[in-house]
Amino acid sequence: MRSAHIVLDGHVVAENLSLDFAGGRTTCLLGRSGVGKTSLLRHLAGLLPCTEAAGPVAYMAQRDLLLPWLSVLDNVLLGYRLRRDGAQHRAAEPRARALLAEVGLGDRLHDLPHTLSGGMRQRAALARTLCEDRGIVLMDEPFGHLDAVTRLDLQDLAAHLLQGRTVVMVTHDPLEALRLGHEIRVLSGMPFSVGPVIAPPGAVPREPGDPALLALQARLIGELRRLS
Amino acid sequence: MRPLVTALGLIAAWEILVWLAGLPPYILPPPSRVGVVLVERFDLLIEQASWTAGEMFLGLVLGLVLGSALAVIFAASAAWRRWALPLVVVSQAIPVIAIAPLLVLWLGYGMASKVAMAALIIFFPVVSSLYDGLRRTDPGWLELARTMDASPRAVLLQIRLPAALPAFASGVRIAAAVAPIGAVIGEWVGASAGLGFLMTQSLARGQTPLAFAALTILCLLGLALYAAADRLARRLVPWHPHQGD
Repeated sequence: MRSAHIVLDGHVVAENLSLDFAGGRTTCLLGRSGVGKTSLLRHLAGLLPCTEAAGPVAYMAQRDLLLPWLSVLDNVLLGYRLRRDGAQHRAAEPRARALLAEVGLGDRLHDLPHTLSGGMRQRAALARTLCEDRGIVLMDEPFGHLDAVTRLDLQDLAAHLLQGRTVVMVTHDPLEALRLGHEIRVLSGMPFSVGPVIAPPGAVPREPGDPALLALQARLIGELRRLS
Repeated sequence: MRPLVTALGLIAAWEILVWLAGLPPYILPPPSRVGVVLVERFDLLIEQASWTAGEMFLGLVLGLVLGSALAVIFAASAAWRRWALPLVVVSQAIPVIAIAPLLVLWLGYGMASKVAMAALIIFFPVVSSLYDGLRRTDPGWLELARTMDASPRAVLLQIRLPAALPAFASGVRIAAAVAPIGAVIGEWVGASAGLGFLMTQSLARGQTPLAFAALTILCLLGLALYAAADRLARRLVPWHPHQGD
């Protein structure tokens, strides 16, 4: 991403911003609410006015955005349905089934989303995002509104399924960034600037109880507080 | 069960009121008398009711088809929205009922003028409910579709239309409730058959109990049409919580 300007409702969110994301790795962008994390992600997805997507991306928003009239399986295959490519659709179906089995929804393929719990819906949304098979995965606080234990479960699952993909995830939760990010960057200020790369040691998903992780979490929280 | 008891209570009160006040049946017939006429003139009533039912049903179908088509066109085409939408909105200021005599003049005393009247009266609720639904698609869904490289046509058919079904379902309910009004007004203005026609005829001849019997059948028809539309509406949106569930 080179020399980007992000403007939202007349406010300059970011000026002359250049960022590199490590290929095949997960980059977590950490910042407090309102700093412009979501705008940055929408900029990358080409969803802001006058922006182009950074390439073929799969986008996972804060809400699961499952279509209530489609079964779980059809929701996961939504991209193929919308592109109306029958051959690709058929080719993707076994993968969709496999992904749903991996996220633990193998027995709910034909159920409508309103019969699922919040955690299950988010897992279905994760499967849909991965089924798109795009080069870049953009995730906007995908587990933000789940309860703490479900969130940890889904982080483990996501870390496993996102292996080898280029992922940009924004979050306001330092622990989430530390568990999932190969690289973490802190966003702060108005318009925001991006801090240096923080690369915590160890493979993802990192254990939430690891003392080194908790020390790093304390440091990140301190930094977020100081910066505002 | 309770509303049924209330209804029976009201009918009993009506009977007692007529009896106490000594009203003549050509002013207000007691329900017992209406019941007798219902049985005695059943063949006549059913024959006339089949006309009215046909008018209501055809008017409902025609209004739903035309209204939905226009709503989809408005949702799909900015040019249509600019050139025609304001006109459709303003046309609501015309009291549709006032057009009834013209419809009879143009389409005759037969079924066509009543079907047109019923279709006309439900046209706007159908257009506005479906168009509103098509316009208010969750922006999150539209953005998701954009990241999936969906064409506008695919978005309309696969996201905006199904997303508008709950709004359309309430339009169908309203339409079923007002379609009988269109049919009956059409019959009052000029007809050779139908329950509305039977009502005006029997009132003119002082056969008030027969008019009441026709009115009873008309109420039952309206209820049946509404129940059918409600069932259809629920089947359209199985994922949507319904009133009264």
